[in-house]
Amino acid sequence: MVKWTDKERSTVRTVWESIDIDELGPEVLRRVLIVYPWTERYFGAFGDIFTTTAILQNPKVAAHGIVVLRALDQAVKNMDNIKDTYAALSRLHFEKLEVDPDNFRLLADCITISVACKLRAEMNPQVQATWQKFLQAVVDAMCAQYY
Amino acid sequence: MVAWTDAERDAVSTLWDQIDVGELGPQALSRLLIVYPWTQRHFGTFGDLSTNAAILGNPRVAQHGKTVMAGLGSAVMNMDDIKKTYAPLSMMHSEKLHVDPDNFRTLGECISICVAAKFGPSVFTPGFQEAWSKFLAVVASALARQYY
Repeated sequence: MVKWTDKERSTVRTVWESIDIDELGPEVLRRVLIVYPWTERYFGAFGDIFTTTAILQNPKVAAHGIVVLRALDQAVKNMDNIKDTYAALSRLHFEKLEVDPDNFRLLADCITISVACKLRAEMNPQVQATWQKFLQAVVDAMCAQYY
Repeated sequence: MVAWTDAERDAVSTLWDQIDVGELGPQALSRLLIVYPWTQRHFGTFGDLSTNAAILGNPRVAQHGKTVMAGLGSAVMNMDDIKKTYAPLSMMHSEKLHVDPDNFRTLGECISICVAAKFGPSVFTPGFQEAWSKFLAVVASALARQYY
């Protein structure tokens, strides 16, 4: 189980509270699809996601970005048991969606970039360290049901 | 050889023109030392790195951050042959400094976070992030190239 200091818990909560999921969710998924284009293979039902312009305007991408970020809320609320919280999601991504678990790290990187864009100087080195520790725990939990 | 679109060349040079190496360089290196503390092993002669405050106030960290960031300038000027441009630097990091090449990617991530925090989403758009990430990946690969 991951150990969190009080300061780390409060940092993660503060960062999360300053995020608007409806604003950042779409931006995060757009970044993943544009910066790492092979991830487009997972979204065959989304219509045109093959150019930057198309991705930026695609309503299904925006909607799904919100779904993904909303799921992160579960981890913020259950920092002492992220692994169990995400067991079902991990199994889903492994068995049904067949997502290469490497992509969880890429998504985490794009979340951090979007958060840094939003928070600017408030994303200082210590906040970055704590936030990345948190996302690493999320990524580990998402990989946990893979074998 | 890496293929660059005109849009990617434009994104990299636009970002580079707005980057102050004296400002972002120290920030990126400080973040590396704070967020990934094992990297401190490469800077044994830099004095006090024992706390975040020490790292953030350390003048040798600041100076070296500026040196490293300024080094990116050669890659910006030679985007069509980053591999050759960085061959001597790669040899130095491998044979003399013994740096694990994974750290090049990690430093690249810290640089990207500094760029994101500095410029925000209207400048560091997804399209610009794609070009910048690709550029840093090519730099990291060139730096790792002379390792064996």
